[in-house]
Amino acid sequence: MSRSLFDKVWAAHVIHAREDGTDLLWVDRHFVHEGSHHAFRKLAARGLPVAEPGLTFGVTDHYAPTRGEPASEDIAGMIRTLSTNAQTHGLQHFAMGDPRQGIVHVIGPEQGLTLPGLVIVCGDSHTSTHGAFGAIAFGIGATDVSHVLATQTIWQKRPKSMRITVDGALGAGVTAKDVALAWISRLGTGGAQGHAIEYAGSAIRGLSMEGRLTLCNMSIEGGGRFGMVAPDEVTLNYVKGRPFAPSDTWEKAAAHWLSLQSDDDAAFDREVTLNAADIAPTVTWGTSPDQAGPITGMVPMDAARDALDYMGLEAGKPLDGIAVDQVFIGSCTNARIEDLRAAAAVLRGRTAKVPGLVSPGSAQIKKQAEDEGLDRIFVQAGLEWVASGCSMCVGMNGDIVAPGKRCASTTNRNFKGRQGPGARTHLMSPAMVAAAAVTGALTDVRPLLEGREA
Amino acid sequence: MSGFTDVTGIPARLPLENVDTDQLIPARFMSRPRSEGYGPFLLHDMRETEPAARLPEGAEILIAGRNFGCGSSREAAVYALVDFGIRAVLAPSFGDIFASNAVNNGLLPARMSQDALDLLDGPLRVDLAGAVVHHAGGAEPFEIDPVWQTKLLNGWDDIDLTIQHRDDIAAFKTRHHAAHPWART
Ligand code: SF4
Repeated sequence: MSRSLFDKVWAAHVIHAREDGTDLLWVDRHFVHEGSHHAFRKLAARGLPVAEPGLTFGVTDHYAPTRGEPASEDIAGMIRTLSTNAQTHGLQHFAMGDPRQGIVHVIGPEQGLTLPGLVIVCGDSHTSTHGAFGAIAFGIGATDVSHVLATQTIWQKRPKSMRITVDGALGAGVTAKDVALAWISRLGTGGAQGHAIEYAGSAIRGLSMEGRLTLCNMSIEGGGRFGMVAPDEVTLNYVKGRPFAPSDTWEKAAAHWLSLQSDDDAAFDREVTLNAADIAPTVTWGTSPDQAGPITGMVPMDAARDALDYMGLEAGKPLDGIAVDQVFIGSCTNARIEDLRAAAAVLRGRTAKVPGLVSPGSAQIKKQAEDEGLDRIFVQAGLEWVASGCSMCVGMNGDIVAPGKRCASTTNRNFKGRQGPGARTHLMSPAMVAAAAVTGALTDVRPLLEGREA
Repeated sequence: MSGFTDVTGIPARLPLENVDTDQLIPARFMSRPRSEGYGPFLLHDMRETEPAARLPEGAEILIAGRNFGCGSSREAAVYALVDFGIRAVLAPSFGDIFASNAVNNGLLPARMSQDALDLLDGPLRVDLAGAVVHHAGGAEPFEIDPVWQTKLLNGWDDIDLTIQHRDDIAAFKTRHHAAHPWART
C-alpha cells in the first residue's frame, strides 16, 4: 500500500495499536519550557520519576529576560522552577547564560536534537516547526506533558492528511512567511484542523531550512497541529556536524532519512495547490492570522467589525501606508540568521522612523549575527539589539506593546492582546518589518530592495 | 478524575468565532499554581470590551462559535473554564490541542453545527452517553470522537492505562534504538 511521509514516520513509532484507532507512540525528543510547571507538579503528585531524562530537554525561553535581569519576582520564579525541575530529574537544560540557550523551536534544530524521522513533542503549539526536517512534531497540553514525562509515550489518534503543494518560483522579496500567510488567508484558521500537513512542490524544495522552519511553524495558525517537509539534501546539509547529530552512524542515518518520502501514489484526504508566482509580500490587518492580504491590497470591505474596532482600521483602507508605532523582529517564526540578514539587507545604511526590538532566536544566532556585523546595522538604524527569548511574541517576560500601539512584527499571532493588553499586531516577514521600520508604515519592501542583495 | 455523566442548566453564550486560548486566559496569569484557581481569569481581558464574555456565574454549559480554543497549547485555558464551573462547551469546531486538553480535564468539547446550536432553547441537558443535547424544543445530536466519549464517561487517566503497557514500551525502545541508533542522544 502506498504511504505518505507522515504514515511512514508514524508507523515506525507505534508501540501498541488500540482497537478504537488510538495508537501509543514512542516519543524521541521531549522539550520542556517554563510553562511545564503544571506538568511537573502532576508528576510529583503521583510520585513518579521522569521516565527518560536523556530524551527530555529543558529550555528557558518563554520568560527569558532580553535586557538583563528578570522584570519581576514572578518571572524570576518561573525561570527558577524550571531549573529546579531540570536538576531534580537530571535533565539537560539550556538555561539562561548557557551559550546554547534560545527559543526551543530554534535550538532544537540548531543543536541537532531535531532530526528527520523522529517523533518530537513539547508543551507548545508551535512544535510543528520541527516538522521541517520530516519529523512528526506536535504541541501538547500540560496533562500530556506529564504523561510523556512519566512514560516517554503518548496516545494519539492518527490525524487526516493534507498536502499543500506550492510550485513555481517565489518573487523577489517574497518569503516562506508570505507563503504561510497566503495559504492561511485562503483556507482560514480552521483550514487544516484535524489534518497533518505535508508541504511539497518546487517552491518548497527551493526553500532553505530556515524557510521551511518558518512555514511549518505557522501550520498551527491554519489549524494544523502537524506540518512536514520531506528530507532532502538541504535537510542533510543543515543537520550534518551539529552537536547532537549522529557522526558514527551518519551514512546509515542519511540513507534512511532520504527514504522518508511520500510514495508517488500516496493519497491525501485533502490537496491544496498554490502558485508561487501569485504570492506577494503579505501582511495581516486583523486579529486572526487568516485576516491577511497582499501589501498591494486593502482592508477588505467585508472585514469583521470587531477586528476593525480592535485594530483601529476602516474597511477599504489601503494596507500600504498604515502608520505603525514600533517594530519587533524575533520569535521562533522568524529570528534565525537568514531572517536577520533579510531584515538587515533592508536596514543597511537607513534609519528607522519608529523604535523597535530585535531579539535573535538563540544566543548562538546572536553571536553569529554579531560576527557578521548585523547587530551594528540594527543599532545604527535605531533599533534595540537584545538577548534571545520569546520576548515580544507573547510578552511573558515583560517585553510588551503598550495598549493601542501598532506593531509590525515577525511573529505568528495577531490575536487580541497577544503582544500585551490592547496591543495591535500586524504579522509579516522580517524584510517587510524592516521596511515598516524605515518608512514608519506598512510598506511594500520590494522597491526598498532594488539594487540591494536581499 | 470521576466520570462524566450529564450536565443540565441554562447555557452561557459566547457567539464569536476564533476565540483563542490567549483570550480564554491571557499569558500573564499562567505562572500561578492551579491550586489558587484559574476561574477569575477566564476571558479576563475580553470581558472589558465584549459583554458576551462576562459569563453568568454558575453556568456549566457554554455555547461558543467556530474554531473555539484555537492557538496556544496552554492547558490553562481549560483550567480557567473548568475552575469557573464550565463542564461542556458546544461549538461548531475546536482547536485540536484545546479539544484534547479539554478531554484530559473532564471538559466535554461537543461539536454541533451552527444550525443545531441556533435551535437550542431554554435549559439544556447534555447527555454524553447518547451524544445528544435535550432542550425545550426537542433534542439535537452532537459529535464527539468515540475514544474521547469513552474516556470522559469513564474518567480514565492515561498514565494508568499506559503503565499497563510497560513491557511493550521497554521492548519497543530496545528495538527502535537498535534500528535507529541516532534516536538515542
Ligand atoms: S517565540 Fe512565541 S510562538 Fe515561539 S515558542 Fe516562544 S512564545 Fe511560542
